[in-house]
Amino acid sequence: MEIVISSAIGILTAGGVYLILRLRSFSVILGLSLLSYAVNLFLFSTGRLTVNAPPILSPYGDASYTDPLPQALVLTAIVISFGMTAVLVMISLGAYLESGHDRVDGEEPLKDALDAADEPPAGPETSGGRKENIA
Amino acid sequence: MNHWMIAPVVLPALVAPLIAYLMRYDQVLARVTSVVATLALLVISIGLAVQTTDGQVRVYHLGNWDAPFGIVLVLDRLSALLLVVTSALALLTLVHAIATDWDRAGRHFHALFQFQLMGISGAFLTGDAFNLFVFFEVLLIASYGLMIHGGGRARLRAGVRYVVMNLAGSTLFLFALGTLYAVAGTLNMADLAVKVREMPLEEAALLRVAAILLMVVFSIKAALFPVQFWLPGTYANAPAPVAALFAIMTKVGAYALIRMYITVFGPDVPGIDSLASDWLMPAAVITLALGAVGVMGARRLMTLVSFAVIVSMGTLMLGVSAFTPVATSASLYYLVHSTFAAAALFMLCDLVVTRRSNGDALFLSGATPQNGLFAALFFAGAIAIAGLPPLSGFLGKLMILQALFDRPWAWLTWAVILIGSLLTIIGFSRAGSLIFWKSATVPAPEEPAEGAPVTEPPTPASAMALAPTFGALALLAAMTVLAGPMMRYTDATAQQLFEREGYVGAVLGPREMHKTLHHDDAEHGEGSPGKAELDASGHGDATGHQDQGDHE
Repeated sequence: MEIVISSAIGILTAGGVYLILRLRSFSVILGLSLLSYAVNLFLFSTGRLTVNAPPILSPYGDASYTDPLPQALVLTAIVISFGMTAVLVMISLGAYLESGHDRVDGEEPLKDALDAADEPPAGPETSGGRKENIA
Repeated sequence: MNHWMIAPVVLPALVAPLIAYLMRYDQVLARVTSVVATLALLVISIGLAVQTTDGQVRVYHLGNWDAPFGIVLVLDRLSALLLVVTSALALLTLVHAIATDWDRAGRHFHALFQFQLMGISGAFLTGDAFNLFVFFEVLLIASYGLMIHGGGRARLRAGVRYVVMNLAGSTLFLFALGTLYAVAGTLNMADLAVKVREMPLEEAALLRVAAILLMVVFSIKAALFPVQFWLPGTYANAPAPVAALFAIMTKVGAYALIRMYITVFGPDVPGIDSLASDWLMPAAVITLALGAVGVMGARRLMTLVSFAVIVSMGTLMLGVSAFTPVATSASLYYLVHSTFAAAALFMLCDLVVTRRSNGDALFLSGATPQNGLFAALFFAGAIAIAGLPPLSGFLGKLMILQALFDRPWAWLTWAVILIGSLLTIIGFSRAGSLIFWKSATVPAPEEPAEGAPVTEPPTPASAMALAPTFGALALLAAMTVLAGPMMRYTDATAQQLFEREGYVGAVLGPREMHKTLHHDDAEHGEGSPGKAELDASGHGDATGHQDQGDHE
């Protein structure tokens, strides 16, 4: 149980960190989503892992229960990260449509180099997973 | 219970949806409502600040839940001071935005503005670390909207970077809070302050991790060295009134650092020792140096002011990183000063930049109307932000220098602050002489080449557009004249901050009761079950899962 949760958090975080260091905003958004999944799992496990126990304390002190507070925290975190991702997608889309490319650093010379090296950007689906080391 | 305490959060939270839904097609009504609400916020904040002068810490229990279990708002001198600064700044920037028609550049400016105020007020008032995260998110999501207000390519690109940076920061914040909860079993700041002091030394490793993570998060907000790169692009590309309002955003980070590392963590916590100081001081030194280099290298007026903000944040955090009452008091004075100084410069530069033919690029162009007036205001603003004698920046910097005098590495901090100030002066005088002095000798260029439509000559700024800049500078002058009373307030604030017992006692109620609770659940290692045990009396289910009780 512990090893599953912790390796899941670790792999999600590693993937997220790798992706947010990419240059395209599409992969950055994916990376932030992965990171938010990782942090949700992490928050969930901060109340200690308890299997098959209700989040309610029974009148008897030594009965097993799971800590309800992290679950409440996770709910809040999920809602916030969902909203934030939606905002980021909209802003990135706006920036992409305005400037015609979706590089996060988005400098003018880089854009020219990019346009010279690539075909002109046609649609949002050409954005992810391309080679980033052109400029 | 004093219900006015929650008004700085509730008032903007109620006004914002009203503006967004009922007044979206009526700009005049939206403007009036927004100004009235901000004015009311200022009055309430001043009222709260007057209340706090008796030295008491006031606590607002949301839903009437007791402190470590429910969420509390805490009003002490520090919160009240920052609330007043926020609302005064908000009023100035709002008037500027209205007078310069910035609020018509896009939609929902006033609603976002009020949501922003709600988030900032909440962050200053909350006494719960997770609630702090929530208010951070509220102020951030509003700031995303304000940052890209008006649109345009450069602004949207800068906006994406700003959002990504802050989203990564938010994730880190959650990781830090999770670690903190796993270690201490509570997220209430006062309760944390108690719990971390009772923690055995061998469990301090995770606590240190949480403390460092939190510091990184707040450093992102405060634009400290390794994570300051978002600031110049954001502030330089944001609409000017928004940039002026953002002058308080970096201070939210500074506030969170002060609150967490004085009230919660401190040198007396086992395993923490001088952790905060050890990391903050070098970061602040490098921030200041980088900011000064940026001021020298800036090729746009807005970027110049943005880097000056970084310099002032470096200076401020140098004062904070000493973690002594004297230095904290000086830092608070400087905090108020640097907020208004930066705001004054952003608003003034907006008036100038929108009247120049080549925007805010630091190249020669024709003189703007009212060149002399703008030059004088720029001169005053530059003096303020560089920390030269007549205005309050000098006093603030002097007091920070004095407080750092007997600290280790004083030669380094003194040298960095003084050289940084010198470079700021040079950068600003260069920009000022280029824009105001040399430009006065250049006739306004009449070049209808490059296919640009013929623009009408710039109009002089109206009195209402100038008023916020004058207001901010007048506040700085008032801070200089009234430095004595102001210092007494910040001294008392710092003293209150370092007397943790007052804060903890006010939030957690009488100590004995808390002590007994704490002993009850000492073997669980968590805060909330103790209270739940007391309440769960009428529970009929007697089965009880006794197989796994590993709550250690």
